[in-house]
Amino acid sequence: MLRAIGVAAFEDLLQDIPPELRLRGKLKLAPPLSELEARRHLEALAGRNASANQWLSFLGGGAYDHFVPSIVDEISSRAEFYTAYTPYQPEVSQGTLQTIYEYQSLIARLTGMEISNASLYDGGTAIAEAVLMANATNGRKEVVVSGCINPMRLAVLDTYLEASGITVRRTGWKGGATDPDEIAALVTGKTSCVVIENPNFFGVVEEGCAIAAAAREKGALFVVSVDPVSLGLLAPPSEYGADIVVGEGQALGSYVSFGGPCLGFISTRKEHIRRLPGRIVGKTVDKQGRPCFCLTLQTREQHIRREKATSNICSNQALVALRAAVHLCWLGKEGMRDLATQCLSKAVYAQKELARRGFDLHFNKPYFKEFAIKLPADSERVAASLAGERILAGVPLGRFYPEAGNSLLVSVTEKRTKAEIDRLADCLADAVRGEVV
Amino acid sequence: MVQDDLMYTKEHEWVKVEGDVATIGITDFAQQQLGDIVYVELPSPGTRVEFMKAFGTVEAVKAVSDLYSPVTGEVVGVNSDLGADPAAIKSSPYGRGWMIKVKLEAKQELAKLMTAAAYRQLVGD
Repeated sequence: MLRAIGVAAFEDLLQDIPPELRLRGKLKLAPPLSELEARRHLEALAGRNASANQWLSFLGGGAYDHFVPSIVDEISSRAEFYTAYTPYQPEVSQGTLQTIYEYQSLIARLTGMEISNASLYDGGTAIAEAVLMANATNGRKEVVVSGCINPMRLAVLDTYLEASGITVRRTGWKGGATDPDEIAALVTGKTSCVVIENPNFFGVVEEGCAIAAAAREKGALFVVSVDPVSLGLLAPPSEYGADIVVGEGQALGSYVSFGGPCLGFISTRKEHIRRLPGRIVGKTVDKQGRPCFCLTLQTREQHIRREKATSNICSNQALVALRAAVHLCWLGKEGMRDLATQCLSKAVYAQKELARRGFDLHFNKPYFKEFAIKLPADSERVAASLAGERILAGVPLGRFYPEAGNSLLVSVTEKRTKAEIDRLADCLADAVRGEVV
Repeated sequence: MVQDDLMYTKEHEWVKVEGDVATIGITDFAQQQLGDIVYVELPSPGTRVEFMKAFGTVEAVKAVSDLYSPVTGEVVGVNSDLGADPAAIKSSPYGRGWMIKVKLEAKQELAKLMTAAAYRQLVGD
């Protein structure tokens, strides 16, 4: 190879690096492995992972074990999608740009809004971006945030706002639902936006209309973070006054994968398009009048507007967005309704079975596909005991809120069968009996 | 094209003073440099603008430029036609492309602006 490029020795290629900066001796690495040895080693490492295929999972709290139809893997695994890096030049990437345009259209339609962007990193940063957008729109320096939002996403919001001069006013979470009166008491003429999550971290369905009214009264924008699967049954936030809708799209065609990659989505009305962060794909015509797609409104973005841009994001989650788009097309409107109905029905069945065995609801409020139950024993030990039987019973709320005591957040998706739910209830009862003795 | 009856800033804004109201826009040179103008962001009436501080932005396809105020005072008029027709800035930068009207607070600052002759020199007209 050196001969082919006309170089006498490898060291000649390092001419520009001063000799005193060059590595002397060898790198401290293990010897190279053959393909067979490498594969064996990696398989051993991977074998230490628990997979939702072999373990029974009732975990929720932001990432859910939903069914992923094979068509999603089939289409997103095409090398043109899977391995392309930043494929946005319109001259060579019409296919990719079209899929993103369709993803945007699907998200806008699903959330009942007018426009969407090409996706954000995840549900947490999506909330942060919506808050920055509200601030860019009305210049106000305070935000009122529901304490019932997923605490990991609240932490992301705090990180984003740390140096911004924006003050966050948070409501309590103890009731399991956001109290519209508590929101109203915190909203002032300085409030840029009010943010809720619906359903919230505890699986509870919020009183969107009342909270929207509290925001509107002082001219604040209303931001709602949603579970997209819930929109198969629940009214989209556009119907109860949302100005910006965001959410986590992992549940639309992606595996849990230990918490990532995720998919943030954001949608709003056309009047806010110039403050919408991230990439946007638009439809236009080429020189010959043929319909085509390209990135558009790039003067919003930070590579042009610099410090005046709404956000510094200059990327998206194209592959995961593609999976979501394929999944939504595969489901269709009726499929979405069916999916949401199955999640709700199975969650209700599970909650009733658990209540029968003495595990009461922590928050007596309407829920969608997850709910918190009170355990009469240490929730971490109970969860560990069930994990010993390859059952992931739920998320101990005490990990986030010690005041929640021994409550467990249990999530039930369409994948769970009656037998699996009965098994959870029986094993929980056994484990608790074992602990309480 | 540089108009004689106006005053100019080195950032390519023009100002026409009538009594104590100043009408402000960007020059022919500026609109030529920008190319197609797609959007203008202007302040609302009542906003206070300051001498040589940014009062808005003008957006071309691939660039965004700040607009600098040649005067200090309160915005008393905004050209609302520019929302639907930003191209007026291109076709008539000194006429239909006017951007804001400001009630002057510090008339003495006008002395700091460039005359038409000085501006002509700047843009090599």
